[in-house]
Amino acid sequence: MSTTGTITDRSWPQARAAVLRDAVGVGVAVGALGLSFGALSVLAGFTVAQTCALSLLMFSGASQFAVIGVMGAGGGALTGAATATLLGVRNSLYGLNLASLLRLRGARRLVGAHLVLDESSAMAMARTDPREARLAFWATGISVFVLWNIATLAGALGAHVLPDPEALGLDVAAPAAFVALLLPRLRGRRLWALAVAAAVIALIMVPLLPAGMPVLVAGLTAIVAAFAVRRAGDR
Amino acid sequence: MWTAILLGTLGVYLLKLVGLCVPKSVLEQPQVQEASALLPVALLAALVAVQTFAAGHDLVIDARAAGFAVALVAALLRAPFLLVVALGAGTAAVLRLIT
Repeated sequence: MSTTGTITDRSWPQARAAVLRDAVGVGVAVGALGLSFGALSVLAGFTVAQTCALSLLMFSGASQFAVIGVMGAGGGALTGAATATLLGVRNSLYGLNLASLLRLRGARRLVGAHLVLDESSAMAMARTDPREARLAFWATGISVFVLWNIATLAGALGAHVLPDPEALGLDVAAPAAFVALLLPRLRGRRLWALAVAAAVIALIMVPLLPAGMPVLVAGLTAIVAAFAVRRAGDR
Repeated sequence: MWTAILLGTLGVYLLKLVGLCVPKSVLEQPQVQEASALLPVALLAALVAVQTFAAGHDLVIDARAAGFAVALVAALLRAPFLLVVALGAGTAAVLRLIT
């Protein structure tokens, strides 16, 4: 990703070209993830139409992977939806940071909300000039939306022509993808401890709870524990 | 399946919209900020653990664990996203081929 966004004393056409170039670059990178989402979703038992509906309507990578992960393991619809929703909580925070910048009203706000993502928010917040930031949000959001959905469809259709998915190790593709998504977030010992604690709690719950529930319970328990530890440390 | 898709979609979209509409004071509270940073980490870690070690209601160590370990090392070495996925899947595939 270019760091040219920090330079403020250059012409608008140059700045605009840089923003658009970055937007397409991010879209292509996300498209690679969309390809694996499409294939994994079909392998988890979703139809091509359902897979595309997830990418078109839910349009939030981690939440979509959670739905197919929970449901693919035999989890209930409510558990899948709840896990996806909880993973989407961070989007609210992005929206808050973006609200004063974008100043959206009415229909534009309803459309803009759909494009609030990790990528569009990060690209917008990385710009200091408000005009560049607004362009970065819309350009990145639209670029990711288009490429994510094309890639999802391609992956979903491709999954059918593949041989036995387990022989190809594709059941490991989802956890591997999650690790790649997770590691950049693990800054500091506290977050590592939280991740390990959540993983251990989930595994302890596997024999005890219906499919899908261990992830939800472990996630919430670990958060409560993290707050309890913080409070005890403050005293 | 459609129930999960539509309910989840509604939840995710409303959370996106809420951020653009809610007064700043609510989401600026430190606890809200912190929870939204911690939640994805905890949920993703739990999901990875279950997908790697659970088989129904049993815990097993099989080719998935080896593939996961390789993917983890690759991710720690900051390998590109697709390489992490390919190495993890490839390790499990090779192990299943030779065992």
